[in-house]
Amino acid sequence: MSILAPVAAIGRLVLGGLATLGRLALFGVEAVSHLFRPPFYPKEFLHALMQIGWFSLPVVGMTALFTGGALALQIYAGGARFSAESVVPSIVAIGMVRELGPVLGGLMVAARVASSIAAEIGTMKVTEQIDALVTLSTHPMKYLTVPRVLAATLAVPVLVAVGDSIGIFGGYLVGVNRLGFNPATYLKNTREFLEWSDIASGLWKGAAFGFIVALMGCFYGMHSGRGAQGVGRATKSAVVAASVLILATNYILTEVFFSA
Amino acid sequence: MITLTDVHKAFGSNRVLRGVNLTIPSGESMVIIGGSGTGKSVLLKCILGLVHADTGSITLDGEDVETASRDTFLARFGMLFQGGALFDSLPVWQNVAFRLLRGSLKRPKDEARAIAIEKLRRVGLKPETADLFPAELSGGMQKRVGLARAIAAEPEIIFFDEPTTGLDPIMAGVINQLIREIVTEMGATAMTITHDMSSVRAIADRVAMLHDGVIQWTGPVTEMDATADPYVQQFIHGRAEGPIEAVR
Ligand SMILES: Nc1ncnc2c1ncn2[C@@H]1O[C@H](COP(=O)(O)OP(=O)(O)OP(=O)(O)O)[C@@H](O)[C@H]1O
Ligand SMILES: [Mg+2]
Repeated sequence: MSILAPVAAIGRLVLGGLATLGRLALFGVEAVSHLFRPPFYPKEFLHALMQIGWFSLPVVGMTALFTGGALALQIYAGGARFSAESVVPSIVAIGMVRELGPVLGGLMVAARVASSIAAEIGTMKVTEQIDALVTLSTHPMKYLTVPRVLAATLAVPVLVAVGDSIGIFGGYLVGVNRLGFNPATYLKNTREFLEWSDIASGLWKGAAFGFIVALMGCFYGMHSGRGAQGVGRATKSAVVAASVLILATNYILTEVFFSA
Repeated sequence: MITLTDVHKAFGSNRVLRGVNLTIPSGESMVIIGGSGTGKSVLLKCILGLVHADTGSITLDGEDVETASRDTFLARFGMLFQGGALFDSLPVWQNVAFRLLRGSLKRPKDEARAIAIEKLRRVGLKPETADLFPAELSGGMQKRVGLARAIAAEPEIIFFDEPTTGLDPIMAGVINQLIREIVTEMGATAMTITHDMSSVRAIADRVAMLHDGVIQWTGPVTEMDATADPYVQQFIHGRAEGPIEAVR
């Protein structure tokens, strides 16, 4: 009995994890299936778009600005070891657009949005507001989840695009003011080696990350335990799950875009 | 008519409902009494399908609530939750008019607002309350907004989970009268949970007492005082001694 206890504990953990994964997948499928079936709630959608898109701009912008700057310094230092300092502009641009823009933007949105969605929906669940929605003939999935998931999927690519530009601008500032690049050359090099497919791959990633963030927030909120503790746990799980899934999805999508 | 047959519901090892049998005739006001934590709120939620019973059947006019079309089924109901359950992102009037602002009962905004203000007046709230947010209201005011929301779309069947808890005696009287009016004037079926014996006498046509997961006693309110059932007697007289244990 006592010898088997650790094995049983591991088994429980694995089974619990698999069950959550299954529930998550079902939740995702259900959310997507409701995307195309009326009734729609445009007001909720616009509200979510403001909350997720517009109000995330400062955070994403700041993150991109400093990352772009640091990236320029790093690549300059690294490039100097084999006299390739001139690649700074293009590597900053490609690195930002393909990888750092979407990933860091996605993670910042996860921290900001997944947590707030989970806390809001979790509180609604705990205070019986979700039950109240049902009795008022309103499907919680359509009213709460669909607008948020749709808004995040559409807004995050735009955030990524803005973040990319700001990140490249951060690299430009550092390149021109600290590393002595000629402004015109810096811009020319940035543009010359950047391809549309680089930008597109980053935007697709952004859409996937937005979907993940909102879905995790809604899923953990809807499945929140009872009381303040339940909401706290839901919020934490939403952020952790969203962040890990973003990084995992990023790897998979990079493989896909890389081999394509 | 709502019929519950041998309804069981457990949360883990906590067996809350253990074979509830109850019939609520249409157009009547049924009041459920019973100690705190005996599962009265769970019973209402089972009927609405918010909580799924483990075994047993619940039917509305002969149709099983689990298999009925959810939309048409829920459209017939109004529910006041024990905690109010107001949407705190919406102002009071949009809470009250929630059903009238979307879905099949949708009507113009001014009209919905006017109805909301009228319903607020009926639960004793001034029109100024309409533009406040739920967080700005006292507990008793929130309860009354919840009540106004439950009756806003004039449903056929209304559930009230402790409508007068947290209200002053005068306001409680107003609410009791309102529930009575809804049943006699609009012909609605009402199911009310309350601990307040004066409310029971004011609202009820019939009374059912839930204890130990079953309906211990049920009958017309007129027979409640005369019944020999020791559980009912202990409950209505609020005695500490009796078959119902004080520690539950
Ligand atoms: N979602 C839930 N999960 C687990 N247990 C629950 C849940 N809902 C209710 N219970 C349990 O069911 C029992 C009955 O709860 P219920 O809320 O129905 O009591 P009640 O009769 O309405 O009491 P009160 O008069 O105090 O409101 C309690 O022991 C409660 O802990
Ligand atoms: Mg209760």
